[in-house]
Amino acid sequence: MKIIEAKNLIFEYIRRDAEGSVEGITRAVDEVDLDVEQGDFIAILGHNGSGKSTLAKHLNAILYPTEGTVWVDGKDTSQEKHLWDIRQTAGMVFQNPDNQIIGQVVEEDVGFGPENMGVPTGEIWKRVEESLRAVDMYEYRKKSPNRLSGGQKQRVSIAGVIAMHPKCIILDEPTAMLDPDGRREVLRAVRALNEAEGITVVLITHYMEEIIHADKAIVMDKGHIAMQGTPREIFSQVERLKELRLDVPQVTLLAYELKKNGLNLPDGILTCEELTEALCI
Amino acid sequence: MLRDITLGQYYQADSVIHRLDPRVKLVATMIFIVSLFIADNFMGYLWGGLCLFCVIRLSKVPFRFMVKGMKAMTVLLVVAVVFNLFLTPGEPVLSFWRLTVTGEGIRLALMMAVRLVFLIIGSSVMTLTTTPNHLTDGLEKLMGPLRVLHVPVHEVAMMMAIALRFIPILLEETDKIMKAQIARGADFESGNLLRKVRAMVPLLVPLFISAFRRANDLAMAMEARCYRGGEYRTRMKPLVYHRRDRIAYGITLIYLTACICFGRIFS
Repeated sequence: MKIIEAKNLIFEYIRRDAEGSVEGITRAVDEVDLDVEQGDFIAILGHNGSGKSTLAKHLNAILYPTEGTVWVDGKDTSQEKHLWDIRQTAGMVFQNPDNQIIGQVVEEDVGFGPENMGVPTGEIWKRVEESLRAVDMYEYRKKSPNRLSGGQKQRVSIAGVIAMHPKCIILDEPTAMLDPDGRREVLRAVRALNEAEGITVVLITHYMEEIIHADKAIVMDKGHIAMQGTPREIFSQVERLKELRLDVPQVTLLAYELKKNGLNLPDGILTCEELTEALCI
Repeated sequence: MLRDITLGQYYQADSVIHRLDPRVKLVATMIFIVSLFIADNFMGYLWGGLCLFCVIRLSKVPFRFMVKGMKAMTVLLVVAVVFNLFLTPGEPVLSFWRLTVTGEGIRLALMMAVRLVFLIIGSSVMTLTTTPNHLTDGLEKLMGPLRVLHVPVHEVAMMMAIALRFIPILLEETDKIMKAQIARGADFESGNLLRKVRAMVPLLVPLFISAFRRANDLAMAMEARCYRGGEYRTRMKPLVYHRRDRIAYGITLIYLTACICFGRIFS
């Protein structure tokens, strides 16, 4: 079943000068078609200003399309009556962990979403416990968010979204402000959710190594979808990725250079183990 | 270092007073303040003081914390006492230069001093034993009926809660900006008051910009998590009255009745 579908999606930012008259129109998202199946792990890649965050904000009705349509779980996002259903179905985690935690205690923050949805008190406590356990933060439930590390805060944010029982989570560069340890923590939590709970994940990032485990990767450039396919298909086109100013993981790059110099290697090598294996045969 | 500041003046301890529902504490404090103004003889104050002493002992908060709150009010206290002492008409007791102290003046000044001291200590007991979070919740619940008059009670409470959450974050940010400015030669220390205030401008501008940016992000995050005002909300930690809260209400009522009786009997 399709959980998210976008057809011919166009979004334009209108720039205005000091007097408020229109100075210019920027097309942030340009004729994008997108299909996400329930249970998929999708990665959306792109350098700064490629329109990937704007696209993400359409998926839970924070922004509405200028043209075209987005359906979440079969509901048109531009219709106001579906607004709260859509936001509950497609939860969103943002980049800055400090700016999305509302509660003064971890458990209160996780309870914020269910509280807004009108879930009864007993059920809220059950959901909070489940979601904190799912991201392995249960022992921190009584702590103040200010005392947690970036990775921990981001896991709390994810728990806050899971507590709303969404079918789909959209993560808008959740690791951009984290150190490598925090990044690993968050990605592990996201993958666990996708595999164990079957929640659809849309991960937006500009770190190439984060997309290795995705079912499908989409590369955006100037508002268009520039490439899409499995991570292996994407990484086998090293030249094209360089054109789009994206970094290729070092292993993939090494394999690519070796191949170019005459070694017989398969396309799109993603991990050290794969390369070692391919070289030893 | 900045992360460790305590907000408000909450004193962590495990006591009956700490566990009481914030609404009870708010109402009781209000009644205590009213009772101070009902009482107009020393028996009444003795009674008030005795009860206050018992509550302080029950709360397990060291007495010096209450006195701390009084320092800020010293000026007000002195002014109130001096005015009452010299400007009350009546039987002159002592006079020098152009000032006269009257018997009524001494009585009134003493009463004013006791009133103010009790008032400050009484409200400190409340703020020392209730977390800011609880206080906000209690206020929201107590002010609930005002919604009929279109007072945005829930919104105000939510703003207070968010402000409390962001104080440490903004303090940390101030610290960061300050260090960045100092590293580039800014001087926040030397000069007179005017110069120091002027030196704050390059600190405040980036702080405000970042605060607005944070507010924008936070609003988006709240909307993404289905926040739409207080209307359909349920509570994760609803305020529920327990037996101890009802007993506390009872005691407060007895206290007030006693106060009124003392006023009748001894005046």
